[in-house]
Amino acid sequence: MTPAARFAIVIAALPFAAAALPSPAAEIPLNERLSAYEDMSRDNKAMQDDDTSNPGILAVLDGEMVWSTPAGASGRSCADCHGDAKSSMKSVAARYPAFDAAAGRPLDLEQRINLSREKDQKAQPFAAESKELLALTAYVAMQSRGEPIAAHEDPRLAPFIDKGRALFNARQGQLNLSCAQCHDDNWGKSLAGNVVPQAHPTGYPIYRLEWQSIGSLQRRLRNCIIGMRAEPYAYGAPEYVDMELYLMWRARGMKMETPAVRP
Amino acid sequence: MMRLAAVAAVLLAAPAMAQEALLPYEVVGEAIPKSLTGAPGDAERGRAVVVKRESTCLLCHSGPFPEQHFQGDLSPSLNGAGARWSEGELRLRLVDAARLNPATIMPSYYRIDGLTRVAQNYRGKPVLTAEQIEDVVAYLKTLKD
Repeated sequence: MTPAARFAIVIAALPFAAAALPSPAAEIPLNERLSAYEDMSRDNKAMQDDDTSNPGILAVLDGEMVWSTPAGASGRSCADCHGDAKSSMKSVAARYPAFDAAAGRPLDLEQRINLSREKDQKAQPFAAESKELLALTAYVAMQSRGEPIAAHEDPRLAPFIDKGRALFNARQGQLNLSCAQCHDDNWGKSLAGNVVPQAHPTGYPIYRLEWQSIGSLQRRLRNCIIGMRAEPYAYGAPEYVDMELYLMWRARGMKMETPAVRP
Repeated sequence: MMRLAAVAAVLLAAPAMAQEALLPYEVVGEAIPKSLTGAPGDAERGRAVVVKRESTCLLCHSGPFPEQHFQGDLSPSLNGAGARWSEGELRLRLVDAARLNPATIMPSYYRIDGLTRVAQNYRGKPVLTAEQIEDVVAYLKTLKD
């Protein structure tokens, strides 16, 4: 066969090859994005809206205590260096995960808090999902409530956003599902009676009624991964942080709601 | 030393032993015409498999299950499945729907290869057993409208 003939066959076969490939999930157009708040019942919305009924506020108040309590060999509190969180921490959570030069990769807000605790306060880092870490994170993130999520334009983040996107689109587990198959392709539909959200992490840490507690985005990702019957990553794994980063980038410009209430 | 090596060999072999080999089947066109087990399934047992939460069917599908309060709508209703598809087509759609459409959200219920990061307790196991597949096929065949 001449090279030209072979080329013609390849060209002829292309449309069929394209048809057989899985169609990639399309990202949700920016103007069609919705917070999962919109999917909630009127009662749950009211619970989130009113600080006297929002159970996440209890964690925020605990966090305020942690913020001003000296810790570690330094004998310093967060407030001793950062002052009033209401101004120093305003919009900060909306920019996380952020690139950390020493780590050479993005850190999420919990990791950044723990880094300062170790490095600056000379204290033991808080355990993942511990009451103190969630409380302090909620207190810091509350200072971004109503602020738009950043666009994460730091060029050093770009490869990690790509990694997060790849993980979001990768099939995994015994059920062989990707995040995108539900949250890009089937949002708004009913998964055994639960509305499939678009998966915008606008309100973390959230008070999840199913948990009866406040919890992190990593805990929420873990829930879905277990639902796919895939092996969850260890808390703090770079895969989680890359996914958190991708999801925050995907939600860029949406308003922070911490502490959000979710079913 | 010999004993250590023997123990190591057993340990290494353990996951493989836990992995039950799947029964072979033949795909003809868009169907698996023959029963995986060689025997017909039981429709009544099949209905019980479909509504059981661990089977995952009703996460996405709905159907004639008035007693089930939580049913999904990501995927077509199971009503009329027995009229839309032949027995062999139903079987392939359960066993490995991805063979018909690689982008489908429908898991392959009788497949253990080509999967990624499967949780330890599910590794090497299909979602449903061959018997369960046959029972579900027998049940879906009865859903004529």
